[in-house]
Amino acid sequence: MTDSKKKWQEFFGTLPSLLWLTVFFVIPTFIVLKFAFHAKSPDGGVAPGLTLETWRTISNPNYPEIIWRTVWISAVTTLICVLLSLPCAYCIARMQKKWRAFVAGLIMLPFWTSFIVRVFAWRTLLNPEGFLQQVLIWLGFADQNTMLNYNAGAVLLVSVYSFLPFAIMPIYTAAEKFDFSLLEAARDLGARSFFAFRKIFLPGVKRGVISAILMVFIPAIGSYVIPDLVGGTDELIGNKIYQRTFGDRNWPHASALATLTAFSVLIPLGCVAWWMKRQDEKEARRLAEATARRLSGGTA
Amino acid sequence: MKHSKFAIIVLVLVLLFLYLPIFIMVGDSFNADKYCGKWLGFTFKWYGALFSHSNRNIWMAFERSIIIAITATLSSCILGTSAALAIHKWKGRLQTFHYSLIYTPLVMPEILMGISLLMLFTAIGLNCGMWTIWIAHTTFCVSYVTMTILARLQDFDDRILEAAYDLGASPWTAFFKVQLPVLMPGIIAGGLLAFTLSIDDFVITFFVTGPGSDTLPLQVYSMIKHSKQLPVINALSTLMIVFTCALVFLSRIVSSYKKKGRSLTQLRTDIKGVK
Repeated sequence: MTDSKKKWQEFFGTLPSLLWLTVFFVIPTFIVLKFAFHAKSPDGGVAPGLTLETWRTISNPNYPEIIWRTVWISAVTTLICVLLSLPCAYCIARMQKKWRAFVAGLIMLPFWTSFIVRVFAWRTLLNPEGFLQQVLIWLGFADQNTMLNYNAGAVLLVSVYSFLPFAIMPIYTAAEKFDFSLLEAARDLGARSFFAFRKIFLPGVKRGVISAILMVFIPAIGSYVIPDLVGGTDELIGNKIYQRTFGDRNWPHASALATLTAFSVLIPLGCVAWWMKRQDEKEARRLAEATARRLSGGTA
Repeated sequence: MKHSKFAIIVLVLVLLFLYLPIFIMVGDSFNADKYCGKWLGFTFKWYGALFSHSNRNIWMAFERSIIIAITATLSSCILGTSAALAIHKWKGRLQTFHYSLIYTPLVMPEILMGISLLMLFTAIGLNCGMWTIWIAHTTFCVSYVTMTILARLQDFDDRILEAAYDLGASPWTAFFKVQLPVLMPGIIAGGLLAFTLSIDDFVITFFVTGPGSDTLPLQVYSMIKHSKQLPVINALSTLMIVFTCALVFLSRIVSSYKKKGRSLTQLRTDIKGVK
């Protein structure tokens, strides 16, 4: 095959998806970025002419509070999800093979049902008349006036519920490949089980933990449905974006908030990518050194 | 095992946590109480209401959801397959860029894709409706389909293709008779993923929907928002859960059946490839 023919083949093979994503992903993203530098027009669109007005007013209303709430709720959700996932993944990975697939399926099954329906189920459950409140009253932890629904705590609870499987699955996948005889060896050498878990199991499933963090943090940052249905006045950035887009049609503000959200995801993501690359280099170097040592006949 | 007692307790509690709201919802769908509170007796009336004439917009929304999910699955499978093949076959700067373009939508919060597509459609003067929902769904499904097929391509032995060429197959024949059959499980898996993502999507659809083109999740959302017929949502959800479980169970049976026949299929593709 000639070189130019190959080039044409590559071009036509790449073109459909490249074109589609350029038109419907790259260009819209830049439109959002550009709209953040325009003024609002009276008809609900954007006025021509660039301005920094939006960015000057963005720190003014209650935005900082909402951004802060979004970040801490997302961070705490991620932390709880990972903490719950570690023992779960450990437990499933140590099961017999036929049980593993069954329990993993059991964890994923609720998430093949509709997301909106699951949030609705929690809304019903957390109602003053709902099951949970009745149980808490019966146990003496709450009274008729306790409000379980419509606050930041409810958002946190439902977020953990919604994103938990996305944390369990990657950690479980990593744990499945983990060599558990290492843990036994550590215990035989006198390590206490928590110490062995922390020093041997945790580094072993590191990659799983990182992807779990991303899988939970990213959707949590852009969450709309959960704070809308169980959050009450404790809104997150997603609700504000929606309000600015449809409620009072202030598109420059909506765009600026969307841009901020994008950066709040991209910055941690960039850090993780950089860190992983460094780890890879370190690992590669260690491997190369070990090989070199072995080849030169030295004792490791 | 003595050491993992704590882990087992956590796992059991997590499973209870995951299923609690679902069990309550299924129970409430048979509860005569309109507000899903105390147990006022067993009834089937919410299921009756679900199928009554006054709730036909639920079924219309369901129909739209199915239409969009099927068309978006097909289009994203075509785009995703060609993208995965290009990324797998050629290495170079263009494909590095191509890959990052496919990857980025996966790590972007959904709401950003929703708002950016809405602004694009408004900027070019496209009225929102079924078409815009289809475009949006195809856009976010392409990435998932491509990634699934790329994973499958990693196990693909490129020598099979070379063997086919050596035996005189044209690129066309080699693709349809050798590569596509081997890729098919990947394409089907990606397609299933795209279908489930499309049918369940709320946020992106919420931004790009137009009058009279609400999908099922949007319909359910507006019923929740207006506190209209909440027990009917429970009944609908229960049916959806039963349907999903049946589907998962069925796919398990099919896949275990397939595993037995796999070597035969493999053999057949190989023979066809050699021809």
